[in-house]
Amino acid sequence: MSGVLVIMEHKAGVWNRMSWEALAAGQQIGEALGETCSAAVAGHGIAALAQELATKKLDKVFAVEDELLGVYTPDGFAAALEILIRRTNPELVLFPHTYQVRDFAPKLSTRFEQVLASDVIRVRLENEKPVFVRLLFQGKLNGDMITTGPGPHFASIQAGAYRAEGVQQGSGTIETFSPLLSPSMIRTKPEAPFRESARAVDLTAAEIIVSIGRGIKEKENIPIVEELAKVLGGELAASRPICDNGWLPMERQVGSSGQTVAPKMYLAIGISGAIQHLVGMKGAKSIVAINKDANAPIFEIADIGVVGDLFEVVPALVEEIRKLKS
Amino acid sequence: MKIIVAIKQVPARDSILKPATDAKWISDSDLNFEINEPDAFALEEALQLKEKHGGEVVALCLGPARAQQTIREALAKGADRALHIEEENLVGLDTLGAARLLAKAIEPEQADLVLTGLQSDDLGYGQTGVVVAELLGYPHSTIIMQVEKKDGSIRVKRELEDGWFQFIEMPLPAVLTIQSGINRLRYATLMGIKKARTKEIKRLTASGLGVEGAATALIGQVYVPQKSKQTQILQGPAREVAAKLAEKLKFEVRVI
Repeated sequence: MSGVLVIMEHKAGVWNRMSWEALAAGQQIGEALGETCSAAVAGHGIAALAQELATKKLDKVFAVEDELLGVYTPDGFAAALEILIRRTNPELVLFPHTYQVRDFAPKLSTRFEQVLASDVIRVRLENEKPVFVRLLFQGKLNGDMITTGPGPHFASIQAGAYRAEGVQQGSGTIETFSPLLSPSMIRTKPEAPFRESARAVDLTAAEIIVSIGRGIKEKENIPIVEELAKVLGGELAASRPICDNGWLPMERQVGSSGQTVAPKMYLAIGISGAIQHLVGMKGAKSIVAINKDANAPIFEIADIGVVGDLFEVVPALVEEIRKLKS
Repeated sequence: MKIIVAIKQVPARDSILKPATDAKWISDSDLNFEINEPDAFALEEALQLKEKHGGEVVALCLGPARAQQTIREALAKGADRALHIEEENLVGLDTLGAARLLAKAIEPEQADLVLTGLQSDDLGYGQTGVVVAELLGYPHSTIIMQVEKKDGSIRVKRELEDGWFQFIEMPLPAVLTIQSGINRLRYATLMGIKKARTKEIKRLTASGLGVEGAATALIGQVYVPQKSKQTQILQGPAREVAAKLAEKLKFEVRVI
């Protein structure tokens, strides 16, 4: 058992960017372990993807080709990758921590009686064994996860934990194989993906975003922050719970299930900073946070942090901005 | 339709958390606990499905004795009965160990549907439901925003990234992990709370379920994350802080 195997993700022939981050992680960890790094892509009609992978510094590139992998299903992907892993016997299997990976990777690792180290922010080596650093309690604490036993070990890498630009160029040998799946192995019938409605609000184009979270407490309090967005000339956005409650439309949601934004300033008000939210806004040029809890994870990534009661600070801030503007 | 809902008790959302002295887990003796939020949505979905199609809702919880409080709340909201796998040392269990216990408790129930939240607010692995499905040999789907019962099957709406969705149909029995926000949570009524006192909570144990085996994936150390960024913290009376922040927005961030 040796080497690192990175399972890449694509949709209809277009790479998921997080795959490159996982690949960069795989190359770095492989190097640190003194072992090779290989990559695999599964699907139907994936020759071009495999060729692109073969221009990276890799030992092998596995093209897992099967008509039944053309549309993603957890049964199909787990079965195909199980065969690949049993054949290639890697020590460590890495994935990008995408919604699709969350759907099948735990199933796959269970078949090897292993626990997936999911949503890992860093992999470090201790006594030549990987230690997986994860967030606990929505980012309030970190935990070092250690997987024992012979392996293979499985881990999924959090968005942004490694840089896609870090992928090393080179070459790899392509091996195509078909897992010979049969239709009876696949129990779920997926329909075509769709979007609920055309987006009327494009938060990705906004220069200034003023965003609210649970701290706003009630729908009736939203105008307090709306006023601030107005005076700053920014768009109003929110974390998931606000949109779940129907207090703001879903199209104003920032985070892994909403929009990913990178404005000049992101002003987070009453947002604790759960990772699902942070992945959608940590690319902002400046992050300003107002929160009453000094330990809120949002302060970890904020440039300016105000520890205070938003119901006092926000109205005062509106007044001060008006003064500066006049 | 017989539905099992796996729920977990976790520290209350606003808890101030500190690593325990041995750093293996948090110091939790002074904390308040509550139902894991995504599990509350799973429970609500089960109750609504029962109201529509009839059947039974069984709450299943793996946790120490204190988890009984959370189980009673589930019964008060409308679950018919509960299974409590009583285990004081949750820290010594890994996901596979926990899922094996849950699967063993679920198996003899012959349920049509198993629901749970998509992830826990404490460990956040987001995989217990999927592992349980694999151990039971049931099909599954994750991050579900809608459940539609059909004849012998279900059609579910799965959330994809970036505002995309997908409908998926699968035969029963099946396991679904439910996304927060799928429904509106109900409060327990006074009548419900009264009724809950007489509802059955069946106690199960790891040895009784015949599950053993050492954990292979454990948290070695819990610690406060190191800051990677220099944050200017403003603190004080609201008016002063607001004036300082407005200055910074104008001269440093340059958005005014």
